Amino acid sequence: MMQQAPALTIAILLLTAFWVPIFGMVKRESAYYISLTAMFFSFLAACATLYAVVTTGPIHYRMGGWPPPWGIEFVIDYLNAGVLVLISLISLLTTVSAKKSVEREIHRSKWPLFWSLYLLLVMSLMGMTETGDMFNMYVYLEVSSLTAYGLIAMGEKGALMASFNYVILGSVGASFYLLGVGYLYIATGSLNMADLSKILPSIYRSKVIFTAFAFFIVGIGLKMGLFPLHMWLPDAYTHAPSAISTLIAPTMTKVSAYVFFRIILTVFNPHFSWEVIPAATLLRWIAAVGIIYGSIMAIAQKDIKRMLAYSSISQIGYIVLGIALANRMGLIGGALHIFSHAFAKGSLFMVVMAVIYKTGIRNIDDFKGLNRKMPFTMAAFCLAAFSMVGVPPTAGFFSKWYLVLGTVAGKYWWLTAVILASSLLNAVYFFRIIEKIYFSSFVDLVTGGSGGHEHHELPAVAVAEAPLMMLVPILLMAAGILAVGLFNTQIIHHLLQFIVPKGLA
Amino acid sequence: MINRYDNLIIEFFCRIIAAPLFLFGVYIIFHGEASPGGGFQGGVILGAGFIMLAIAYGMDFTLRRIREKMILFLSCIGVFIYGGIGAACLLWRGNFLDYGKLPLPVDSVSAIRGLGIMGIEIGVGLTVMGVMISIYYDLIDPGGIQPDMLSGEE
Repeated sequence: MMQQAPALTIAILLLTAFWVPIFGMVKRESAYYISLTAMFFSFLAACATLYAVVTTGPIHYRMGGWPPPWGIEFVIDYLNAGVLVLISLISLLTTVSAKKSVEREIHRSKWPLFWSLYLLLVMSLMGMTETGDMFNMYVYLEVSSLTAYGLIAMGEKGALMASFNYVILGSVGASFYLLGVGYLYIATGSLNMADLSKILPSIYRSKVIFTAFAFFIVGIGLKMGLFPLHMWLPDAYTHAPSAISTLIAPTMTKVSAYVFFRIILTVFNPHFSWEVIPAATLLRWIAAVGIIYGSIMAIAQKDIKRMLAYSSISQIGYIVLGIALANRMGLIGGALHIFSHAFAKGSLFMVVMAVIYKTGIRNIDDFKGLNRKMPFTMAAFCLAAFSMVGVPPTAGFFSKWYLVLGTVAGKYWWLTAVILASSLLNAVYFFRIIEKIYFSSFVDLVTGGSGGHEHHELPAVAVAEAPLMMLVPILLMAAGILAVGLFNTQIIHHLLQFIVPKGLA
Repeated sequence: MINRYDNLIIEFFCRIIAAPLFLFGVYIIFHGEASPGGGFQGGVILGAGFIMLAIAYGMDFTLRRIREKMILFLSCIGVFIYGGIGAACLLWRGNFLDYGKLPLPVDSVSAIRGLGIMGIEIGVGLTVMGVMISIYYDLIDPGGIQPDMLSGEE
């Protein structure tokens, strides 16, 4: 069964997703447990895939046994095996922690449909990660967008408008991607990535290829919320149900970032992306502006979810910057940042979900003294915030470190300054919250009374931690941040070093 | 909700055409693997048949024949047939969707593949039909999915 693992990751979720509404008709509560089981087995399949890749090298899985370039194949190499396990681990943990929150935020009658869409979204993200076919990628991209539109629209007031904006921009992005695929198909007659990368170098000077490349950059850029194309992202993250913000913030943009890597490095080779068209120069500027813009906008926010959304825009900038540095350290830093940011942003959103579930607080000013009410949750928040800022033992430090090394190696001193400045800005907006959590007294929203005055002894606040089903995933995510940080050399040695093209310093 | 409006010509014409239309839809589905046509086209024709009845005879008439719950069930089960046939191939040591490995009582591998594709076309047809009708119901009824639609235990 081991060699079937790549297909099982998708098939389990796909088949279960359509039983969930049927069982949901009989008993609504069953929808959640069926979904959870499916996610668990899919995670096991993803782990088996990763194990196979690490021990025996890249896997080529032919759908229906048809050989490429005619058939669709799944290609799992070192980069996407890691991303696959990352996506499936984070969505499994999100599923565990989301139960209570979904039960409160979503109407009972919609639970089966919610979980069905949820499974389809995770399925499509995993499909995007695994596939080695450009058109198949488009199909998964569309499935992920369509399910995300539906899930975001299930949120609070304002979610419909946010989702509608995302529909418009997401459709533009997907059409651009499809146009790019069409141009490549006209020029080469192939849709298989490996095949394309063999055919393309002979026609790199063709204008069709330039246009296709531009369409890809803009289309995928829209999907990942790259700086000037990010307009849908803050609203969508803010108004979506908490569980969905928690799912899409760490996974969806990261998968798009992975696709970005794949298109720039595999489909087109680095010679084209960096020398034939000066895409790297342009992307460096865009990434740098995006990093600073996201950080400054995050400082200006009052709503915690919105703040995290803007922070995501800034972090996407780091990943793109890693690609655009066009050297060994930059690429490794960018790829590692996919992992570190996924864990950090995932646990931040998970903490916010727990806080909203337990207290209903969303305004940053209301976080005062929350550490005495929810000590473990806030510790995890702190750790994730440290990772976002880049404090040493956490994952964020190492990915930023490699990025800084990349800027130094490429002698882009102004980019070094941008990364350092952005880290300072991150520190500003995260320590603002941490200061409120740990060094202000707790204000009980229910009674309205202030919990003690300065210089007086702080009143005892009863510990009211998040339910265990939320707390355990939060702590596991926080452990993930530390694990990615402490084992970063192993991750790079076993997975990420292989993405660097041959002959690159 | 659009009310019914009696019109003898439309009702008579729809009554005559309904049965051949459904038959034609099924024919298109089953010819999918060897000739132009297939699950999507056939499913659209089947869905259009129900939509035609809904236009001619009103929603109550159609809802009595195919309820929203049934539509949801058909849409889901259609995809499941597709994926299930694909996953069944794993049991006989084929890759996902490798129908040639299915142990069907036919002589050649190509005939087995044909039958596998036909099974998949049936699934596609059911789903497309369900989704077509569901879209029409949603357009007619601005409420969309009603809270009591999925009620099971109450």
